[in-house]
Amino acid sequence: MNIVLKAENINKHFRKPVLFHVLKDISFEVKRGEFASIMGKSGSGKSTLLYILSTMDTDYEGKLFLNDELVTGKTRQELSRIRNEHIGFVFQFHYLLSEFSVIENVMLPAKKLAKKSHALIEQDAMQKLEMLNIGHLAKKRASRISGGEKQRVAIARALINDPAILMGDEPTGNLDSYNSENVFQIFKRLKEEQGLSLLVVTHDHDFALRTDRIIEMEDGKIIKQ
Amino acid sequence: MMINWKVIIEIAKTHLITKMKSTTTAALGVTFGIGAYITLVSFMTGLNQMLDDLILNQTPHIHLFNEIEPSDKQPVDLYTDFEDAINLVHSIKPKQSQRKIHNALPILQYLRSEEAVKGAAPQLRAQIFYLSGSIELGGNLVGVDILEETRLSNIGDYIVEGTPEDLNTTDNGILLGIGLAQKMSLSVGDRVQISTVGGDIFPLKIVGFYQSGIADIDNIQSFANLKTVQRILGEAQNYITDINVKLHDIKGATAMAQQLERQFEVKAVDINEANAQFETGSNIRNLITYAVSVTLLIVAGFGIYNILNMLIYEKMKDIAILKATGFSGTDVQLIFMSQAVIIGLIGGILGLVIGFGLSRLIDNVAFETEALPTITTYPINYNPWYYVIGISFALLSTFIAGYLPSNKAKKIDPVRIIRGT
Repeated sequence: MNIVLKAENINKHFRKPVLFHVLKDISFEVKRGEFASIMGKSGSGKSTLLYILSTMDTDYEGKLFLNDELVTGKTRQELSRIRNEHIGFVFQFHYLLSEFSVIENVMLPAKKLAKKSHALIEQDAMQKLEMLNIGHLAKKRASRISGGEKQRVAIARALINDPAILMGDEPTGNLDSYNSENVFQIFKRLKEEQGLSLLVVTHDHDFALRTDRIIEMEDGKIIKQ
Repeated sequence: MMINWKVIIEIAKTHLITKMKSTTTAALGVTFGIGAYITLVSFMTGLNQMLDDLILNQTPHIHLFNEIEPSDKQPVDLYTDFEDAINLVHSIKPKQSQRKIHNALPILQYLRSEEAVKGAAPQLRAQIFYLSGSIELGGNLVGVDILEETRLSNIGDYIVEGTPEDLNTTDNGILLGIGLAQKMSLSVGDRVQISTVGGDIFPLKIVGFYQSGIADIDNIQSFANLKTVQRILGEAQNYITDINVKLHDIKGATAMAQQLERQFEVKAVDINEANAQFETGSNIRNLITYAVSVTLLIVAGFGIYNILNMLIYEKMKDIAILKATGFSGTDVQLIFMSQAVIIGLIGGILGLVIGFGLSRLIDNVAFETEALPTITTYPINYNPWYYVIGISFALLSTFIAGYLPSNKAKKIDPVRIIRGT
């Protein structure tokens, strides 16, 4: 079971405003412990692909496997469960629940999964925050911390259920160079220390160059990987 | 898949607390609706009940008497020679019969042995004149078994001075109508002279006053012991003109009245026949109460619908993030439904408390009227069922108001929100 994520002949069409073939016959895999990045110009379909891989978008043709299990065709309920348990997600804009405290934000996916006791979840969440050097922010409201801090909280939240793969949609796109570097180092550390698989969509050429593998897209096709 | 209620309620609670102003507005809408419903329904049914009691307790379930009426079959109808002819009889007179009920004592005995009968009270109604100097006031004197009357009706409530026992123990006593007492300037302990239609004069001792609240009755009617009135009229102990029957269950009145009419050849009028219009009034008042309450609750329901709708637009990003991190559409729907139901529950309970408080307030407002001597404050009906209905209605209306917006939240596509398209 060395392959975490596998896409087989994925095709997608936008029907509105006009019929448009966004993704053309996409096939690739992400191995366990691999740090892969997807690059391409805007409109190349890289984000669209990522949302299909994240199981949130189900409107496509082809097959998607996660941990060698066919994900395509499952019900929304089952997909929610898979996202909750196996996929961590980091967005360009931090997207924390602003009314909850930092630690509550991190704990929510684990509470939803409900595999551990509340005390254990809190301990896990604290540990993730400590690991990302933001343990001191735990009790603060999510709306009261800086952008760089928010992105680190989002990473902690993505990690709380120990997912099989962490996906990022331009996770550094909204950060200054200092914080971008910080996030990159965190990702690298996660891969090296915990053997986490990562798949990150990015515009940032320097960022991509330092990953294990670059998947380059243009006009809905993979041109180089 | 199991639903994780703890997380759902936690998120719902956080939303409600951080949006305190909207939450309070929505809950107050429900509170207002339920409070108004409880107050209205308690007051309205209280009034209904009071009016019902007023009539029902004064009216026997079945009233037996001898009707003075013409014979159904005139003599000519019996004459076979004119069988095929059209017979016209002019100036028909009522049939010559006595006013007393034939075999009154056996009938009383029969009624009292019946299981459905709570009691039967004999009465003798006599036309008399009250004498005050040279003035003669026309009126009625009703001979009653006062202890039985007190047990079966609320006549005791209308004796404003003296007690039923006073009358029972005073052989020549009279419970004088309050209107008569005022006209003749009499007080308890005085004597009043009455004369029968035949001209015999009797002095009676006033043991108390009777006030029904209806001036036409209080100005002419008085009560005395049955035996006293029989003696005044010079009649035997079986001379009884009316029998009032009280049943355990009022529903059997119509059937029993018909049976008694056939069995004893007397006129038997049951309460449903006598007070048919009364039920109609009660029903219409109830209808108005419910129409007003339902309108209030529908308005409150729209308030909740609006506020939840706004909340969901505000929380689009939160909904997307919840879905992205593994909450299903149903989870999201339940989060918003819980908010609606929590608003309904809190608002509803508060409404019950306020409704109860207002009812207590009304209950203590003085309401004195000559027509109702026993009533001193406005009547309130504290039926616990109204509180059950109130809270159920609060939950039901908030559930419906919450369902539509939450269903929208369930269907939000997280990808579209996150990508901003």
